[in-house]
Amino acid sequence: MNFKMLSKQLLFLVFFITIWQLVYSIGIFEAIVFPSPKNVAFALYNGFSSGDFLIALGASFKHLLLGITTALFIGTVIGLILGKSKVANETAGMYLIGMQSIPSIVWVPLAIMLFGFTESSVVFVVVLGGTFVMALQVRSAIQNISPQLVRAAKTMGVNGIELFYRVEIPAGMPHYITGIRLAWAFSWRALMAGELLSNGPGLGYSLRYAQDYARMDQVIAIIIVIGVIGATVDHGIFSKIERNVMKRWGLLKQ
Amino acid sequence: MLLEIEHVNKSYWDDKQQVHFPVFSDVMISINENQFVSILGPSGCGKSTLLSMIAGLEETTEGTIKLNREPISGPGPDRGMVFQQPSLLPWLNVKENILFPIKKRFKKKEAEEQAAYFLQLVQLDKFQHHYIHELSGGMQQRVAIARALAMNPKILLMDEPFAALDEQTRENLQDKLLAIWQKKKKTILFVTHSIKEALILSDRVIVMGTNPGRIISDVNINLSRPRKREDEQIIILEKKIRKLLKNEVNKALKDVWSNEFQNA
Repeated sequence: MNFKMLSKQLLFLVFFITIWQLVYSIGIFEAIVFPSPKNVAFALYNGFSSGDFLIALGASFKHLLLGITTALFIGTVIGLILGKSKVANETAGMYLIGMQSIPSIVWVPLAIMLFGFTESSVVFVVVLGGTFVMALQVRSAIQNISPQLVRAAKTMGVNGIELFYRVEIPAGMPHYITGIRLAWAFSWRALMAGELLSNGPGLGYSLRYAQDYARMDQVIAIIIVIGVIGATVDHGIFSKIERNVMKRWGLLKQ
Repeated sequence: MLLEIEHVNKSYWDDKQQVHFPVFSDVMISINENQFVSILGPSGCGKSTLLSMIAGLEETTEGTIKLNREPISGPGPDRGMVFQQPSLLPWLNVKENILFPIKKRFKKKEAEEQAAYFLQLVQLDKFQHHYIHELSGGMQQRVAIARALAMNPKILLMDEPFAALDEQTRENLQDKLLAIWQKKKKTILFVTHSIKEALILSDRVIVMGTNPGRIISDVNINLSRPRKREDEQIIILEKKIRKLLKNEVNKALKDVWSNEFQNA
């Protein structure tokens, strides 16, 4: 990122906080529902220095990692089966798209019925959030392998299982990376939905707890933390990996 | 005889019209070792299909194809294939692409030496660490040729390998291919629709006609090398073959028109 871009982005942030402060000073809303930027900054500082946010973050990442690993595994298996078998795809392909279109918060009541107000039910929602999008990507990874590459590999005496791991898996790599990035994005949203209605610990739970005690400064502080983490992971990690893979695979024109 | 194509028929089942659609019938070709043979014909004559069948990627409807008296039953590394599209693996660099078919079959050192040798032969040793998207179309096709040759196949099958390139690159690669062929003395079966390309390169040109696909002429080109593209004898032969093919193209066009007329 160059300096000019960074200064524009910083300028926008200053502008935004100024407006926020202005609205606060005029007093349109009561201070208890509309905290000042300064209060939110303090809440952020206190949250981290007391360790509360770190504990909540730790718990959230535990749910997320457990959930997303499971989601990636199940998603890959489903995607492989649907991508490889025409019969399976004709039978279940439609339902996969249907499942993917269900917002993950919808699963929360079901999760609570099945697992109660436990961390398991949060993980369950995260798994459902990431599985289907991964399955869709793995399926298209397999369906989009260039038949020409497969033909070429066959003339070189490469077939069967060797063809699978030396040609089909690497050829699908850009789709898998996209799948992992999307699975992360969906799981992250599902995580917050699940935690918001859980009995903690976790970032989403802390958010509801703060709301219950009418601590709007903390609510906004936590929303900021959630946004920053989401953007950092998506932009800083996955988009970079994805771009590098696309470039090397020749799918991106510089 | 290295390659024998005996009474080969090919037809597809046309699902829409519920008929067998013949591509070609009763094709007979024998090819000697170390020869450079071109199959020349208009599109639709089945020349690429024939090459795919020799490669083992498609089955014959009737008849057999034998390599060293052994009937072909599937694809294998004894036949190297170069396609019109380079078909290289984009996640591997140039050297790794050339190593791809040989690294499981050769010892590591042997494979490395083989790759290094063919990189040099196609004059891409300076680009061995480049990825495929960083190369021009002509360079990519050179990698594909090196990859096919590195397997040390008995025959090199080339399916219009230079058709997608611009004219300067095409002529340059034709010269390079000839130099490699003269050095390595490989048997090459080269499919093309360009008369000039066939004449510049080959010892023998097999001309195919269309509807149904069949061999209409088999010409030995006994001209010394290097051949000049403007050589008088080349131009005479070119005219002769062009005349031969013209009837075939007209026939094909007439057929398309009459089909459209019937469908209208």
